[in-house]
Amino acid sequence: MRFAAALLVALALAAPAAASEERPTPAELESELVCPVCESTLDTSNAPVALRMKAFIRERVAAGDTKSEIKSALVDQFGPAVLAVPPRRGFGLIAWLLPLTGLALGVVVVGALAWRWSHTRSGDELPDDSGAPPLDPALERRVDDELARYE
Amino acid sequence: MTQRLRLAAQVAAVGVVAALLGLLAWKLAQGESEVTSELGRGGTPTAPQFALERLDGKGELSLRSLRGRPVVLNFWASWCGPCKDEAPVLEAAAKRWRGQDVAFVGVDVKDFRGDARDFLARYGVTYPNVYDGKGSTVGRYGVRRFPETYFVNADGKVVYRIAGAVQDAEEIDEAIRRAIAPA
Repeated sequence: MRFAAALLVALALAAPAAASEERPTPAELESELVCPVCESTLDTSNAPVALRMKAFIRERVAAGDTKSEIKSALVDQFGPAVLAVPPRRGFGLIAWLLPLTGLALGVVVVGALAWRWSHTRSGDELPDDSGAPPLDPALERRVDDELARYE
Repeated sequence: MTQRLRLAAQVAAVGVVAALLGLLAWKLAQGESEVTSELGRGGTPTAPQFALERLDGKGELSLRSLRGRPVVLNFWASWCGPCKDEAPVLEAAAKRWRGQDVAFVGVDVKDFRGDARDFLARYGVTYPNVYDGKGSTVGRYGVRRFPETYFVNADGKVVYRIAGAVQDAEEIDEAIRRAIAPA
């Protein structure tokens, strides 16, 4: 039952992504590509080269190209810097891995600090006297006698 | 254990800061051009080398292959308005200097190859043009706006730069004479 529900959710998420890949809209492509001159996304740029790129995108969408094909054609002309989101391979993979690595490191550091803090606290409550020298037998006998007087 | 942990965290923090500073320095170095700054101080910087595909489909053209000849290097793009104005002026200059061992080279930057070829055909440009879609030459030469024209002497040194459209035939001829003059 749980597996079926998970499958349904996965399918529900995958369907729009597949449709976007097969039938992209100019608007979504313009938000995923960068103007090579002004270095902002195409949807926010009116630079001449950005206008030319938008016209190219409209032409290719009308011709039925997929999102990957259109992006690939633009990367071929202007290089990978036109992609607003770096590819998940090669050098672009660093941009994906670096935040995750930072997050993992943060978790480790916070975990270590929490462990240290809790360890120190338990030490406060139960002082460790294992390193103290043993009492002199005569002194110990005397302490016991004194305590016995108060019982 | 605690001290070792603290030391490791400190080393990691210093490493991250050093890496970020390195990244910043690299990015600044990418954006900085020694060509324009040295020209501004009255120097003659070495022209950065390049080897780029020719727009006429005849393989690559490298600046090194033109060593020994003065070179007029024009950075342009088909979407650039002033580039349209200067195209006939540059072509006329190329024709005027033909046969005098002066090379004219156009560098089409951040453009569609097809648009660039249409532009060259429309304006009847006959000198060789190379394609730099990624703009790899822009930062190294210090090109800020299009078009810009650099005049390189036979030793590969930049002796003059025109920022903006070339409109004056006399200015081009004078800059070429500078590039021809012995260093």
